[in-house]
Amino acid sequence: MAKVWIDSETSIEVEAADGVNAVSLTVDDKEIIVSAGQTILEAVQRVDGIGNIPALCNHPAVKPYGACRICTVEVSEDGGSKFKFVASCLYPVKNGLIVKTNTEKIRKLRKGIIELMLARSPNVKRIQELAEEYGVEEPRFVLGDQDCILCGLCVRACQEIMGKSAISLVNRGIYREVAAPFYAYELTEECIGCGDCAFVCPTGAIKMGDDGRPILPKVKIPYGEIEALMKKEATSPS
Amino acid sequence: MVEQVRKLLEKRVESVAELEKLRQSILDKKDSSRICISVCGGTACRASGSEAVVEAFVDEIERRELQVQVEMKETGCHGFCERGPLVVIEPKKIFYQQVKPEDVAEIIAETVMGGKVIERLLYVDPASGEKITYESDVPFYKRQTRTIFGANGEIDPTNIEDYIASGGYSALSKVLTGMKPQEVVDEIKKSGLRGRGGGGFPTGRKWQSCLDAKADIKYTICNADEGDPGAYQDRSLLEGNPHSVLEGMIIGAFTIGSHQGYIYVRNEYPLAVEHARIAIEQATDYGLLGENILGSGFDLKVTINKGGGAFVCGESSALMASLEGKIGEPKAKYVHMSEKGLWDSPSLLNNVKTWANISLIINKGADWFSKIGTTGSKGTMIFSLVGNINNTGLVEVPMGITLREMIFDIGGGIPNGKKFKAVQTGGPSGGCIPEQFLDTPVDFDELTKLGSMMGSGGMIVMDEDTCMVDVAKYFVEFLKGESCGKCTPCREGINRMSEILSRITQGKGKREDLDTLEDLAGILSAGALCALGQTAANPVMSTLRYFRDEYLAHIEQKKCPAGVCRELIRYSIDPDKCEGCLRCLRACPTGAITGEKREPHILNQGLCIKCGACYDVCKFNAVIRQ
Repeated sequence: MAKVWIDSETSIEVEAADGVNAVSLTVDDKEIIVSAGQTILEAVQRVDGIGNIPALCNHPAVKPYGACRICTVEVSEDGGSKFKFVASCLYPVKNGLIVKTNTEKIRKLRKGIIELMLARSPNVKRIQELAEEYGVEEPRFVLGDQDCILCGLCVRACQEIMGKSAISLVNRGIYREVAAPFYAYELTEECIGCGDCAFVCPTGAIKMGDDGRPILPKVKIPYGEIEALMKKEATSPS
Repeated sequence: MVEQVRKLLEKRVESVAELEKLRQSILDKKDSSRICISVCGGTACRASGSEAVVEAFVDEIERRELQVQVEMKETGCHGFCERGPLVVIEPKKIFYQQVKPEDVAEIIAETVMGGKVIERLLYVDPASGEKITYESDVPFYKRQTRTIFGANGEIDPTNIEDYIASGGYSALSKVLTGMKPQEVVDEIKKSGLRGRGGGGFPTGRKWQSCLDAKADIKYTICNADEGDPGAYQDRSLLEGNPHSVLEGMIIGAFTIGSHQGYIYVRNEYPLAVEHARIAIEQATDYGLLGENILGSGFDLKVTINKGGGAFVCGESSALMASLEGKIGEPKAKYVHMSEKGLWDSPSLLNNVKTWANISLIINKGADWFSKIGTTGSKGTMIFSLVGNINNTGLVEVPMGITLREMIFDIGGGIPNGKKFKAVQTGGPSGGCIPEQFLDTPVDFDELTKLGSMMGSGGMIVMDEDTCMVDVAKYFVEFLKGESCGKCTPCREGINRMSEILSRITQGKGKREDLDTLEDLAGILSAGALCALGQTAANPVMSTLRYFRDEYLAHIEQKKCPAGVCRELIRYSIDPDKCEGCLRCLRACPTGAITGEKREPHILNQGLCIKCGACYDVCKFNAVIRQ
């Protein structure tokens, strides 16, 4: 018999029925029983009032991706003697798992990640809200002005839901951005104008244009700089 | 066509017994008194002009019609790259270094025909000043234990018969005829072999979980996507002895029940790609790859996949994404790749060096292997010794050797009488280890304790003229360019670290910057998705730990103690020492130095771009760097 929390106030005593593929795990000192095969984030979101996990790059309609990292939690697989940081949107629930969603360490980590996000996208409302929640005031870094946080939801929605690939993430590191095939900023016929990308975008970086097609986030690296970059790469000895 | 097929069938070895027969017939054909000239054809020696030397030898042997008496071989990398092109003359193994095509006629006439040693081409031991005739007496080689790298200098990598003659594919025979998969895994486990790619994960455990994984399709992968700056040991092994890697892969594939293998190799390694391709072709012709290997009923196909040049694709999940034809981005490994890897099938991925160790362990036994090394790290490791070191090259040493032995005894110490400052191990994600830890035994755990890591075996030695802040900046910038950009901590965090470090090297740093760097390091190690990001702060944290005063000198005194950071140094000419020789005046690219002959020169600070050309050419120490 296990005491199971249906939400933060109510608990019931249950026993897993034979043949039901269920796992029981502890989230912030409360034991929950959930069906196997889901991630910690999914499980926690299904039980009201249990756990506190923010997430930006996760959406129930597409596969988890693990890019924003603010859903990071601490887990222990050995009964609580050793904890490690994992992305809850990807980590599968397991029997006996101990999950902590809001410890001081995690809040510090999230605060740090949010500070980095806020420095990149100081004008995005969702990031500002998170910054307030986690006590980030002024980022210690030079501010950028990007709306896109590169969560990749638009690209995944286009591919996974619509079966299209009208947009993709191109380039590496801080030069990464959302673009149409061949690094173009004009969308090709592959785009059917469904608006999925704009709908899932958590920051409003993609908007639908008057012609019924989405407008990709504005070009952040001027073409000149890309050219210079490519030239530099071509001549560098590596 | 028929002729070709017939030839092919002739070569094909149908059973283990036939392989032994073939080996014997190759050995019988070998005349032990025959002189063999082996020229190093590794990439480093090729860069020093070894191909012209090879051509000269071929021409000279033809001209003198010596083809019968003299065998000529272009081998893989011998390791002593500093002294290339290298020539070794067997059977006595006379060792010639820095050989030029002009020397070839003399070598043939004097050494090969006359049996005399050419003094001029011998290696001089800088410590004793003595000339050394034989390869095995060279201190650089003497202290090494070349179990997997030794054959490089003896076999022609494009000729499978050379490998077979040296006992090649006998481990495969042993496995195919007498060992059950579990027995192979047990042997690897018992040997204590740990992955040579960087993580040091116990190889036996990886094999076990791949063997236990239930799936119809499994994959075997060789990770040859070596990308650390200054590291080239995987490259040299794949170039110099591709069959040893292939044999390991076949054994691994047989053990876990995989029928498709991939070698993921950098496109920037053309010779490694070529030699791997030839090795696969020849092994297939000889029936060691393909269908019904050695008559055992086991099939394996190995395909080469060339990497597109992303450092992050050396990370196993990114490598597999790239193999699948997707963007080379890592994914979470909460379920191991050995259970769910390439196309979601169990995948056995090992580094080039790990694969090369397999046949040795099978042949010589786990007990032999586990005698070499330390408690936690068994066997040998190949390091690439580069940077401010006399003997640049690849060294294979038993685990547990001290850094001091490696750098001073094998590496020959620091050039130009400079002092040792630090050694950077483990590639861009490794750390810098200062002088006080030179007696640390080198193994997986000890290096981690010092805030660095073993990595793939890169070792960059730095002398007193190195600025540690600049070094940290270099590695962080490398990682900034190579971060795939998927997760926030790595993409944004490394970029911000690089910003801060640039500021510090320009004299614009603040005391709080050091705390910010430490915060960023914490975010990276706890929050980043893959090992690239998780370890990205190592160069910064290790230099902060051991060379904090240097950071503080940049920040508080606006000084670069090593005289590297341009914004913080100033050149001037000491009029008392200047002899007016005009050397610096001519070397200055901007015309900042003026003066008459035999009169003290004057440096115009406004025009000076601080390139240091004057400093380097001055023979009277009259140029002052502050």
